Amino acid sequence: MTEEKHFVEIRHAKKSFGTLEVLKDINLTVERGQIVGIIGSSGSGKSTLLRAINDLDPLSGGEVWLDGVQVNKSLPHRQYEKHINAMRQQVGMVFQHFNLFPHLTVRDNVTMAPKLLKGISNDEAETLAREQLEHVGMLEKIDAFPSQLSGGQKQRVAIARALAMKPKLMLFDEATSALDPELVEEVNQVMKKLAEEHMTMIIVTHEMDFAASVCDRVLFMEKGVVVEEGPPEVIFKNPEKQRTREFLRKHIEGAA
Amino acid sequence: MGLDFTVVPGFMDIILLGALWTVAITVASAVLSFFGGIFFAVIALYTHWTVRLPFKAFEWLFMGTPLLLQLFLIYFGLVQIGIDLPAFVAGVVGLGLHFAVYNSELIQTAIIAVDKGQMEAARTLGLSRGEALRKVVIPQAVRDVIPPIGNNMIALLKDSALVSVIGVSELTLSAQRVIGKTYRPFEFYLVAAAVYYVINLCMEWVQRRIERRIALSR
Ligand SMILES: Nc1ncnc2c1ncn2[C@@H]1O[C@H](COP(=O)(O)OP(=O)(O)OP(=O)(O)O)[C@@H](O)[C@H]1O
Ligand SMILES: [Mg+2]
Repeated sequence: MTEEKHFVEIRHAKKSFGTLEVLKDINLTVERGQIVGIIGSSGSGKSTLLRAINDLDPLSGGEVWLDGVQVNKSLPHRQYEKHINAMRQQVGMVFQHFNLFPHLTVRDNVTMAPKLLKGISNDEAETLAREQLEHVGMLEKIDAFPSQLSGGQKQRVAIARALAMKPKLMLFDEATSALDPELVEEVNQVMKKLAEEHMTMIIVTHEMDFAASVCDRVLFMEKGVVVEEGPPEVIFKNPEKQRTREFLRKHIEGAA
Repeated sequence: MGLDFTVVPGFMDIILLGALWTVAITVASAVLSFFGGIFFAVIALYTHWTVRLPFKAFEWLFMGTPLLLQLFLIYFGLVQIGIDLPAFVAGVVGLGLHFAVYNSELIQTAIIAVDKGQMEAARTLGLSRGEALRKVVIPQAVRDVIPPIGNNMIALLKDSALVSVIGVSELTLSAQRVIGKTYRPFEFYLVAAAVYYVINLCMEWVQRRIERRIALSR
């Protein structure tokens, strides 16, 4: 097959839900340690693209590669399940609505998957939980249940849960959209910290300021195509395409 | 002749032994109906139709016919095909499977109602579908139906009196035997009723404790 040189590579991604074409021939590459932002109006296909990367929404056509391995390669069902579970362990995902496991404590939310999938001991799990929760500033809530946390705290635990699998790549789908405005910053701080540690990240966001401050590159999507991509200085200050300018103008007006 | 409770203490040992059997059969059947309910729910929701359809017939048998008939079938019927179960075991199997089918209905609905983001989050971490069900979805579904399952278990306690017909010396049959000796039906049925009531209270207490323990985990 093709010689692989990019860390993440999406080639000719297509996706339809019934007759609705949601992704139309998308290409995207991300290098190790890069942070890529995806912006665009509601329904443009941002989540679908992100979710195609770990095959949560399988593509109808095209390829996804991660670190030299094709994620969505065609294999017999059983083998594919094994393969995709192994791939997903390497990709952390953070959802808009946190999706913490409400029946588990914060500690068990973080350690459940590593214990089950990597067979680590209870002692190792405890160390891992403390380490990851410390990292997101949530160590003091280690014994709490999700129902006892604020939205911002939940999202930080969700990030710790994803990081506990030691992923190579982190995907964020509007991690702060469901939060009260005063709770957004604490989550953004955690994401900035990851950026400083050179975690490779793909971030779908409606927060233009945040995207401008952390991303190396920003993609603007509309109706299933990437209209324009480039460094944030260009996309936000001086975009080439008329449609990008319109989106940004509307978005800034909408926010005001 | 009026009521005379002075005869009661002399037969309390037989009544209490019967109560013990009632508790034993209720607890054993409750455990079977709980795990059976989870197992049946998984069959109903996640297996191929070749497994699911025969299961539906089995489910109909347990939901659509009298429990009494089911107990006769298990105790007297199975002997004919070489399965000779002791009365206690036959009673537990009958009660347990009967209520497992009812619990399964509750658990199925609850599994479907678990937010689909839970399955997604688990799959994203690398869990297989089966692992995600076992670790994430089913525990939440079961937690959500603890109160109605608790009600089923109270119903199970009351229906456990039916196993007297296959000769298990539980509370109701013990009371009958004492009545046979004393000709004091009113007194001893009342005593039996009081003992059922006490067992019932204990079960409600256990249920409340479980509910309090899981209150935080919602
Ligand atoms: N499972 C699905 N079945 C059918 N249609 C879907 C499904 N998921 C997404 N869609 C449709 O695909 C289109 C793109 O959805 P997507 O969630 O990717 O958009 P988005 O850019 O993330 O939007 P938002 O900013 O609102 O999150 C939408 O029109 C949506 O209704
Ligand atoms: Mg979206």
